[in-house]
Amino acid sequence: MDRDEFRQGLRGGFPIMVAASPFGALFGALAVDNGFTIADAVFMSAMVYAGASQMVGIELFGNNVQPWLVVLSVFAVNFRHVLYSASIARHIRHFTPVQKFFAFFLLIDPQYAESERRAERGLPVSFSWYLGFGLIIYLPWLITTAIGAVFGQLIGDPRVIGIDVLLPIYFLGLVLGFRKRDRFLPVVAASAVASVAAMHFVGSPWHVSIGALAGVLLAACLPQDRQPSEMAAIEREA
Amino acid sequence: MDAQHLTLIYLIIAAAVATFATRVGGYVLITQLKHIPPRLEAALNAVPAAVLTTLVAPAFVYGGFDVAASMFVAFAAGLRFSTLRMLLAGWVVVMAIRHLIL
Repeated sequence: MDRDEFRQGLRGGFPIMVAASPFGALFGALAVDNGFTIADAVFMSAMVYAGASQMVGIELFGNNVQPWLVVLSVFAVNFRHVLYSASIARHIRHFTPVQKFFAFFLLIDPQYAESERRAERGLPVSFSWYLGFGLIIYLPWLITTAIGAVFGQLIGDPRVIGIDVLLPIYFLGLVLGFRKRDRFLPVVAASAVASVAAMHFVGSPWHVSIGALAGVLLAACLPQDRQPSEMAAIEREA
Repeated sequence: MDAQHLTLIYLIIAAAVATFATRVGGYVLITQLKHIPPRLEAALNAVPAAVLTTLVAPAFVYGGFDVAASMFVAFAAGLRFSTLRMLLAGWVVVMAIRHLIL
């Protein structure tokens, strides 16, 4: 373990932990509202660790939807992680199998995006950094879930205190972080149009997979002009 | 523990397994390849912007005027400043609209 790298990870993950905490509390409150005990809510946060899909899961469970359909919906909401794990493979090849197990378990949206950004800047994606970044988000996620489950009713409507805009804005910030990449504008345009259309015609959560697929396919179909690719150049520098 | 509660525990475990499968699946598929073709590499490079955009665009379009205004100001802030300041700018705008104007 490299203490310095671990500390860099903690510092990098801190603002995300702050942004995610209200949602941990919100999940805890909603879970109890849908028939979970406090222990069930914390257990789900600890095992699944994927906010949006946890919300979908408890909502469906509370409405007595059949269990296999609940699991399928959770899978659908999290399907984007398949793309993350394929894409992050280039940066974590040096992890041991046990380290990879933990790395995949902690692979949430910001963890993936910040790992990509770190690799792009030529910094090492070490396990120490990765773990520090992951734990500063994971452990408070469990604590805020428990707090939300205990004090559920006190939070009330998240719109009143304006926390509902924090996640989309946080993701917007992450998108902007990739604006120097090749084909950024066409990819963003394709994913934006496809996800908005899919939200309207198909509905949530499918808009995520459909929108993402549109942008990724477009990137693969556009003329491949750079030789050698920037990614290969970055990998050589690192 | 009654039967319904046991079902819930199994349900949570199944959801956790399904989620972990998505987080390891892409890695397993991609490491089967000896050489990554350029078009696949271009596709992988597009993943972050493509996926994250789908978490942003629908919120902007369907979130209502207050959310759209807040996100627009945050976008402008994001071109110059850090993520934390973006969050602060967007939060101030949405609170102002909800509590002072409407």
